[in-house]
Amino acid sequence: MNVIEITDIVKSYRRGSQRIPVLEHISLTIQNGEFLSLMGPSGSGKSTLLNLIAGLDKPDSGGIRIGDMEISTLSETGLAAWRAGHVGFIFQFYNLIPVLTASENVELPLMLTGLSKKARRAHVITALSLVSLQDRMDHYPRQLSGGQQQRVAIARAVVADPTILVADEPTGDLDRHSAEDVLELMDRLCTQLGKTIVMVTHDPRAARRAHTLKYLEKGVLSDAPQTAVSECLQA
Amino acid sequence: MRLKLLFRNVFRHKLRAFLTIIGICVAILAFGMLRTVVDAWYAGVNASSSSRLVTRNATSLIFTLPISYQEKIRGVNGVREVSYGNWFGGIYIEEKNFFANFAVEPRSYFDLYPEFVLPEAQAAAFFRDRKACVAGRKLAARFGWSVGDTITLKGTIFPGHWDFVLRGIYHGKNATTDENQFFFHWRYLNENLKKTYPRRADQVGFYMIGLKHPDMAADVSEAVDALFKNSYAETLTETERAFQMSFVSMSEAILTVIQLVSYVIIVIIMAVVANTMAMSVRERMGEFAVFKTLGFGGGYLSTLILGESMLLSGIGGLGGIVLTFPAANAFGKAVGQYFPIVRVSANTLVMDVVAAMVVGAVAAIIPMWRVIRIRIADGLGRIG
Repeated sequence: MNVIEITDIVKSYRRGSQRIPVLEHISLTIQNGEFLSLMGPSGSGKSTLLNLIAGLDKPDSGGIRIGDMEISTLSETGLAAWRAGHVGFIFQFYNLIPVLTASENVELPLMLTGLSKKARRAHVITALSLVSLQDRMDHYPRQLSGGQQQRVAIARAVVADPTILVADEPTGDLDRHSAEDVLELMDRLCTQLGKTIVMVTHDPRAARRAHTLKYLEKGVLSDAPQTAVSECLQA
Repeated sequence: MRLKLLFRNVFRHKLRAFLTIIGICVAILAFGMLRTVVDAWYAGVNASSSSRLVTRNATSLIFTLPISYQEKIRGVNGVREVSYGNWFGGIYIEEKNFFANFAVEPRSYFDLYPEFVLPEAQAAAFFRDRKACVAGRKLAARFGWSVGDTITLKGTIFPGHWDFVLRGIYHGKNATTDENQFFFHWRYLNENLKKTYPRRADQVGFYMIGLKHPDMAADVSEAVDALFKNSYAETLTETERAFQMSFVSMSEAILTVIQLVSYVIIVIIMAVVANTMAMSVRERMGEFAVFKTLGFGGGYLSTLILGESMLLSGIGGLGGIVLTFPAANAFGKAVGQYFPIVRVSANTLVMDVVAAMVVGAVAAIIPMWRVIRIRIADGLGRIG
């Protein structure tokens, strides 16, 4: 079953009077429980496409259906509410709130759910256990390593049980060992918990974990060229 | 969680928060002090009674009125009591020891001023002895006077050395009563003048009229002045409040400047806090983008920013308000001879609180607007 259906989307940015096309008539479907990796050179529009899928931005034209919701027509407020319930985010630089502890960071998305404090606490413990960081609940981000911070960020991404997970260069700021841990974790989220993951990466080792590899260049989406696939296989 | 975030964000940069709070504290203290100084200026006006009128020479306060006017004034409908007096302008030891001293008709004067509370025995002793005087509690404390002490004033308007025996120390009925005044018998002054300067005898500087009812003020004023129309000493009768105001209005320009400066201080601190908030929010724009990404709306983020700004201003403002009391006390002691009533009024406290809150609210406007408007992608782009 398709969980993400992107139909003929166009996205461009304006710089003064100039229109700069970023995505040109892109269509894409992603199955429920699929782990898709988007590769491509810098400036190819990967992050833009990811932002559109995550409801952080709107296309100029075309449709984006996530589950049974057409999100391209939602208002800013509608999109914010939709994101809170349906999307988990994993960023390159973790983006944890430095003044909140690991558990408080993970609890953040639950603040919008109306759950009781006790229920939120239970969810937080479950999410942190999933990333094996239940013993670091009261640590602040600065007291955690990069890999641990990214695992907290993953716990935050999954705590509200979102429909999809989007990851923008999740291993871009990690050493090889930590990157492997994070990728292993994402793999488990997909295979064991059935989460749909869309990941943007430059890292062939990361891309190799995905079930599907797509390549974006000059705003055009295609299956990954053989060179990219080979790189991934060798990684 | 919101409160936790709010407190932790305020003190994220401890030095910056501390300096901003100190700035707000000093600004509110300065604002409160300036308002207190203005209040001190108006203390006489505020302490005046609506049931008292002052009659003086229409030409100027420095010209006198004959004592014979007293009985005519007493005959005016609506007049309950008439007293009179002279500004004596005596100096105690040296000029810097300034305080207000009046020669008055004691019984009627203290009858008109029930707010000057004098123990019965002391009042009787004062009324009985022509050379007696009474002083306010603060004035007596200032010079260490006790009942029975002899006090000598050097006359400026009425030359010579004038000896008095302190027969009583009055205290104020309420906090706004001036306890820095000195009164003695007009009769003592007049009898001396009869011997030394007969032409200046039987003259008073002012009449103080007690009304049967405050509503009669306009009619009585008109009637009194009509009595002496076209005489060689025409009168000007006005309410005690208007009389006091005429002194204040002489310093109106200074008061306006003081009030203006007090507002300028608030505007300056507003700019300082706005700059602090703008800096703090600009540094955290990426975090706000993360909040937006997670689904938090502009309203939630606005309350966070507004809360931070209000908390900073609130802590600083509270500090300023607390410090205003000892500062006003010290100021009152230093300038007590010129400003007998220096107290932080409830109105000043309300204005302090309002000023602190306005500073907090205004300082948050631009940062809130920026956070509401920022695109998530732009905000996230500022991280790393």
